[in-house]
Amino acid sequence: MIRVLLFAELEERLGRRELQLKPENGLNVEGLRERLITDYPELQGIENAMPAVNEEYARADTKVSDGDTVAFIPPVSGG
Amino acid sequence: MTQSRFTITDEAVDVTAVIDKVTHRNAGAVNTFIGTVREMTKGKKTLYLKYDAYVPMAEKQLARIGDEIVRDFPDAEVAITHRIGELDISDIAVVIAVATPHRADAFEASRFAIERIKEIVPIWKKEHWEDGSSWIGDQRETTAYPGGSPEKGDIE
Repeated sequence: MIRVLLFAELEERLGRRELQLKPENGLNVEGLRERLITDYPELQGIENAMPAVNEEYARADTKVSDGDTVAFIPPVSGG
Repeated sequence: MTQSRFTITDEAVDVTAVIDKVTHRNAGAVNTFIGTVREMTKGKKTLYLKYDAYVPMAEKQLARIGDEIVRDFPDAEVAITHRIGELDISDIAVVIAVATPHRADAFEASRFAIERIKEIVPIWKKEHWEDGSSWIGDQRETTAYPGGSPEKGDIE
């Protein structure tokens, strides 16, 4: 499974922080994001979130596979 | 015991402990930046704040900021602690300590660190006011990250 993490307003819109998605051949970050938008229309703003795969910032075309953790990071506001 | 220099904590930050991580005999300057919770923002009164983080990645990104500083200032020693959870007005949210042989580098590096935290470290602030609350994003008023991953140099 692919572990998906959502934070801040995304977490609030969904009502939880974590999802498990089935891996599929050739899936990349952008494809996974599109699947989330289709399956969870309440995730408004996910299109502006920065993806991270296994705790490192990733690109839209980064491949994701079984066992990966993909996080969607809304604009940050630490400090 | 080696204590990590780049940490996220849900407890009050001990400023001296952060400074102690960087102080050494060849330091001529230790610059400390302390970020605190402000009550008034654009005329609106904050009651309290909540910070949340993607903790393991946030700690890695803090360490990356340390690496970026050492690339520019090879003699610098850096430690950063950021607090999460519920914070009251005037509570310390972040402490950055930078030790260098000469003061100019310590000032510059700690300024760089706080600006960089606001760009790349997955920490979010939720403001609670008398009439509601909201997650705050985009403090630098840029939209998302145009070049993919936020890059060093974006703020320079």
